[in-house]
Amino acid sequence: MTPMADTLEQPAREQESCAADVKTALRGAILERFASVAAAQGKSLAPLTDDLVLLESGLDSLCFAIVVATLEDELGFDPFTEAEDVYFPVTLGDFIRFYERAA
Amino acid sequence: MSAPPELVSLRDTLWRSRRLASRRLWGAQASVALADMASGTALGDAAPALADRSVLLRVADPLHAALALIELDGVARRIVLCPPDLSDGALAGVIETTAIDTMASDLAPSPATAGLDLVRIALPVRPLAAAPHAMRATEWVMFTSGTSGPPKLVVHTLAGLTGAIKPAAADAEPPVWATFYDIRRYGGLQMLLRALTGEGSMVVGSPAEPVAAFLARAAAHGATHITGTPSHWRRALMTPEAAALAPRYVRLSGEIADQGVLDALQARFPGVPVGHAYASTEAGVGFEVNDGLAGFPADFVGRSGEVEIEVADGALRLRSARAAAGYLGGGAVADAAGFVDTGDMVERRGDRYHFVGRRGGVINVGGLKAHPEEIEAVINRHPDVSASRACGRRNPITGAIVVAEVVLKPGAGEARVRAEILQSCRAELAPFKVPTMLKFVPALAITAGGKLERAVA
Repeated sequence: MTPMADTLEQPAREQESCAADVKTALRGAILERFASVAAAQGKSLAPLTDDLVLLESGLDSLCFAIVVATLEDELGFDPFTEAEDVYFPVTLGDFIRFYERAA
Repeated sequence: MSAPPELVSLRDTLWRSRRLASRRLWGAQASVALADMASGTALGDAAPALADRSVLLRVADPLHAALALIELDGVARRIVLCPPDLSDGALAGVIETTAIDTMASDLAPSPATAGLDLVRIALPVRPLAAAPHAMRATEWVMFTSGTSGPPKLVVHTLAGLTGAIKPAAADAEPPVWATFYDIRRYGGLQMLLRALTGEGSMVVGSPAEPVAAFLARAAAHGATHITGTPSHWRRALMTPEAAALAPRYVRLSGEIADQGVLDALQARFPGVPVGHAYASTEAGVGFEVNDGLAGFPADFVGRSGEVEIEVADGALRLRSARAAAGYLGGGAVADAAGFVDTGDMVERRGDRYHFVGRRGGVINVGGLKAHPEEIEAVINRHPDVSASRACGRRNPITGAIVVAEVVLKPGAGEARVRAEILQSCRAELAPFKVPTMLKFVPALAITAGGKLERAVA
């Protein structure tokens, strides 16, 4: 292996693992928001799985509004406002992927 | 038919004063003895020629405005009292709408006023050979505060402007008024007129004067009756110079007086009556509330008297002879029945009405309406909060959510106060009204009119 190849390969691997880290961090941030907003608003939260239907999560639309606003402050973007089409995620998995795509 | 009310000008009220020799107006730069003004002029040689004129009063120093008002009332056909922030650009339109022919001013002439006869206001006051008695009911044209939309011009008379002022008891100590308001706006003018018609003196503030300097002057001249908006007072309470004040009466108006600011003033000035008044440039002085509590008793509504009060669709409506005669350039201030819709929204809780905010100033959270003022009222009750502002933040889910900025008193711990504010908001407000974010800021901007600055929705 030449040193040159090494330096070329290194960033690629870093990028990949970096993207995975971002995804994990994003998922973590979203799940944490769901939990903290539910606690602050006195809602009992259903177990957070990817196929959880958002309307059955225990959060109401005010809670979602707060989740989106606090995530905007934390992440620096709000995919709902940035999206050109109106999009309504149905499940928690949809919601997380929506953020991942915009990241 | 009853006889028309006797015509009394501002200058006439000075002649009738029993204590004229002791009375003064103190400005930021100079002071004037009211005895000199009773038979003198600050308008130079022009004074005798001002009968029937329509005069634009535009000054840098509010003291000069006070002197010119004393001279022009009962003499001029019309006085147009310009607020301090009227721009040169807006002046041309004002001159056209008000059909004025003369400008009384302490400012240099500008191109916008080139076609007008210019009368210079200057001190010292010089004696007049024959100071005139009231000759006519002068029209007083004032600018609305522009809380909702651009300012409009409304027409008042001295009789309407002073309609709410009760004669002072003969044995009462003469009051020294001081107001944070500019006397060229309705709230401040009310206080100037109280001082002039009620055996008083006044410390006249200037827009260029820092709050601390004004408070120091008010204290030095022994101000007894001190008035301002709740925002003015919140700022004054944070100023060390306020400690030297020894008022006999404290008054708030112009914004909602919430329980927090009323309690803070009662704590700062123990035993001193703290009253809040409801007035607007259009509707005139509505009523005063002197029981130390926010809002007003529900039995004010529907009772007979000089001012009749109605609540329709949640909005406060007033009918009285103190209302403006109309908008200059057309348009009625009142409806066909004589009621002025104030646009101030109220809500009945038990045996009291509480002000909740301006119509149109609402934050729409998914179709539910929150008034910023009702949220601020809860936040301001926290003893470590000196001021707050709630507003809407755009949100893709609900259209808007409520957020708030808070000014803390020095030394208060942010984390603790944040938790306590949120706790009381959750206890007292519907969930959608609870601020979703609280930001601590060093200060909040106040408009030239003394009201908390709000983004125009």
